[in-house]
Amino acid sequence: MKIGVLALQGAFIEHIQCLEKLGVNGIEIRQSTDLDGLDGLILPGGESTVQGKLLHDLKMFDKIKQLISEGLPVLGTCAGLILLGANVINADSQNQNPHLGTLPVTVQRNAYGRQLGSFVHTGDVGAIETFPMEFIRAPYIKDVSNDVEILSRVDSKIVGVRYKNQIGLAFHPEMTDDLRIHKAFINLIKAS
Amino acid sequence: MDKTTQYELNKGLAQMLKGGVIMDVTTPEQAKIAEKAGACAVMALERIPADIRAAGGVSRMSDPKMIQSIQNAVSIPVMAKCRIGHFVEAQILEAIEIDYIDESEVLSPADDIYHIDKTAFHVPFVCGARDLGEALRRINEGASMIRSKGEPGTGDVIQAVRHIRKINAEIRRITSLNKDELYEAAKELRVPTTLVQYVHDHGKLPVVNFAAGGVATPADAALMMQLGAEGVFVGSGIFKSGNPKKRASAIVQAVTNYNDAKLIAKLSEDLGEAMVGINPDEIKVIMEERGI
Repeated sequence: MKIGVLALQGAFIEHIQCLEKLGVNGIEIRQSTDLDGLDGLILPGGESTVQGKLLHDLKMFDKIKQLISEGLPVLGTCAGLILLGANVINADSQNQNPHLGTLPVTVQRNAYGRQLGSFVHTGDVGAIETFPMEFIRAPYIKDVSNDVEILSRVDSKIVGVRYKNQIGLAFHPEMTDDLRIHKAFINLIKAS
Repeated sequence: MDKTTQYELNKGLAQMLKGGVIMDVTTPEQAKIAEKAGACAVMALERIPADIRAAGGVSRMSDPKMIQSIQNAVSIPVMAKCRIGHFVEAQILEAIEIDYIDESEVLSPADDIYHIDKTAFHVPFVCGARDLGEALRRINEGASMIRSKGEPGTGDVIQAVRHIRKINAEIRRITSLNKDELYEAAKELRVPTTLVQYVHDHGKLPVVNFAAGGVATPADAALMMQLGAEGVFVGSGIFKSGNPKKRASAIVQAVTNYNDAKLIAKLSEDLGEAMVGINPDEIKVIMEERGI
């Protein structure tokens, strides 16, 4: 199994380390040709403005969007969720179409404010119980279309969703030692 | 929130900045240019290091109003500098909810013995270091991110290269030691054994390590990344150059694709004038010697 981790900027090494612990090969995706032959794709945390811009600069945007639309399993965490979101509030209005927009949800960027608003919360994520969720200058999901499955809420705010082949999380499973979410993603790939 | 959780989140924010470029900006307009060019964070300050050098005199924390105008202009994290040891400047920066404080040798030090006790704060700190001892002492004081000191405001990368190389060489030395030799190493470095133990076991600092000081070109930035930096600060190099927008964007792409010489060649084309620069042996104020 070959899972790509978008390695333009941010916490991509952490995801690759999680995959390695589960015996799966994680591949750094830095240019368009790296995208060939993937079984799954992870969009890591980082700054979504940077990642979105680099996706365009390095001519990877259309190809990734197409792969996801064709059913490639994808896991987006924090900035990755923002990249997937169809609507993004408080997005960087300066860049044109920086987002992939394949996940039919509305994401509120920097929803918890600046770094002083960052926090940890333990809660359920779908079938996974009591998962330690790290929120770092995190977004949350303000609205979802009807066919989106809600995986997790914190104080009534949606922080995890699944829509067909796409999982979007507002927090950072790669920042903990708990591998259950990565394991679930690998199982999703196996099942698809 | 307990201290350990807070520290983990603060180290975590630095991890999110990895592979990115943090740019010095002095106005909301510059901040927007930086954000648009792909900066992962901006450092808000009244004068960039090259101008601090030119102006001379005492250099202090920037006007909070000016910092807030930059916070309002961009959606990416905003950092700001306080003087070494000036914990009240740090309290002020925390009060305006800065995302990261740089306890920086670029400003005039307020204390020639003590650094700020950074464990007393909720907001994260980044500190400069020239070697492993300095890096670990700052981490022991509560820094959740390290950067090389370099020699700021020179446009000359030699000191940053020296510092990143030295830190990494000393890390390699620590990893080669026997366990019973770590106590003496800790004594030499003037830090607790637990920190030395971490470096020994993991072959890296316990926090993210960026390069800073004198980076002026895409090639400089890629050089720092190939030498093992996890990201790059660019201070005077961008807005002291002929075409800040283009240069900033080129440096961002060079940091992402630091091993791709063909791409960096292309990125290095037609960037206009680089900052003129000044050699460290031509200058009077050596900032890297501040706060060791």
